Amino acid sequence: MQIQDRVEQVDDLDRYVYHGRIDIPNSYSAGTVGSHFLTELRDKKIFLGMKCEKCNVVYVPPRSTCKYCFAKMDDSWVEVADKGTLLTYTVNFAPTAAQPAESPIIYGIVQLDGATTGFVHMLGEVDLEDLRIGMRLQAVFKPERDASILAVKYFKPLK
Amino acid sequence: MAERVGIVAVAQTKYSPDRADAHEGELAYEAIKQVLDETGLKYGHDGESIDSAVTCSQDFWDGRTIANLNVNPYVGAHLSHEVKVAEDGVNAVYVAMAEVMGGHHKASIVVAHAKESMTSFRLAENAGLDAIWLRQLGLDNWSAAALQAKRYMHKYGITPEQCAQVVVKNRKNAKNNPFAQEPMDLTVEDVLGSPIVSTPLRQLDFKPHSDGAVAMILCGETLAKKITPKPIWILGASNCYETHYLGDRDLAEADALIKAAAKAYKMAGISDPGKELDLAEISEPVSYQELLWMEGLGFCGRGEGGRFIETGTTQMGGKIPVNPSGGTLAGNPDGVAGMARVAEAVLQLRNEAGARQVPGAKVALAHGVTGVCGQLQAVMILGNS
Repeated sequence: MQIQDRVEQVDDLDRYVYHGRIDIPNSYSAGTVGSHFLTELRDKKIFLGMKCEKCNVVYVPPRSTCKYCFAKMDDSWVEVADKGTLLTYTVNFAPTAAQPAESPIIYGIVQLDGATTGFVHMLGEVDLEDLRIGMRLQAVFKPERDASILAVKYFKPLK
Repeated sequence: MAERVGIVAVAQTKYSPDRADAHEGELAYEAIKQVLDETGLKYGHDGESIDSAVTCSQDFWDGRTIANLNVNPYVGAHLSHEVKVAEDGVNAVYVAMAEVMGGHHKASIVVAHAKESMTSFRLAENAGLDAIWLRQLGLDNWSAAALQAKRYMHKYGITPEQCAQVVVKNRKNAKNNPFAQEPMDLTVEDVLGSPIVSTPLRQLDFKPHSDGAVAMILCGETLAKKITPKPIWILGASNCYETHYLGDRDLAEADALIKAAAKAYKMAGISDPGKELDLAEISEPVSYQELLWMEGLGFCGRGEGGRFIETGTTQMGGKIPVNPSGGTLAGNPDGVAGMARVAEAVLQLRNEAGARQVPGAKVALAHGVTGVCGQLQAVMILGNS
């Protein structure tokens, strides 16, 4: 753990402020279902959904239980398209250190063909004035990919 | 039958962008001391003293894994009972209500604090998102709110002008609230001319970062009537959670709030909130949310929030003033905001709200929200008779 510390006298009123930083590595498991989705995304460039047969809901990203009937879905995998429709978007002009792309960054929620849920990601190769809800999009994959959500570079307009 | 639960005293600090002069405990104590002095109550287990503390704080906002650490010595939690709620303050009041209603505790002090000046707020929000599916995209509550605003405005034809009217109304109302951080005389044009943050939202669509604390004391009816001639009763209370993942929800709908409100109204015996409520204090950290939450609360139909604010019904002097205090948009810390709404509702029902008083208020609604795009919705109905 690294701690960068500095004590600063804010003003003449004896208001001392300690500027600390907590830097703790964490390990987050994607789980069995999430891991399968991410490895298939990396290796085959395909999007897998999990279907609740009872509720007729296809979850992308997948999860192991249905939020409506709470049934365990286990392995009702279905492949959905790498193309979809834009449900909403925003062009963000106020970057933070957490953002993985240059500002302005375009976020969007894309309903992939065959999925019931929306998939949250970024948009690229698009003029800002061409953005509109309902536009058709296609996933663009990074040439070098790890098993993460960022294996997808962004979604671009479908020509 | 459990006794009714009354709020016997409330206090707020003035909300401020940076209280570098006080640590969290000292900040909280500014509000705590007022409710102790007002009621004359002490900490103790004799059946007529404060025997429970409920604190409300967010670890990441305080930059430590135990955000109540510096506050507990000030709430009587020395060799005594304390519970921490790491959600909106309305839920903290709910927990204290349940403790007293169940009879296990006689009087509970509830304290919410936050110093947003202590952290890099948007990075902390980003760290609050699911690590696998959302966090790595760099989203935070601002950009997520923009996704919700765009979806809501697109689906129902809500205009930026209608959203801006929320900001204008609430910042103006804040001029009558001595605790408010940033009262302002604004026009719709001012809001629409402020710098773009994340389309369609601009700087003035968001609340400013804020430091502050709220305290209140709850007890059962018998004790409450001994302490004050003006106890305010919790008539209904509920909350409801939405799914975290943004793609799972229709962001243009306030479904969790509809459910939370329905349960709170049922408990309070309210069938027509638009007619039976005298005012509402609604948590709206972002402008469009007041419109969407009013739909969820049943003040108007789905998609009608924009046209509803244009009617003037929610202005001071209207049929149901919304956020006479100036709301969260005028500056409240996250987590504290909902409890500030409860405190403001109590002041209104005690006829102690000064220049922001809604004349003759008898029943009021307080609303709190936590999480990305209104994930957790909490509703409390309060009355003075």
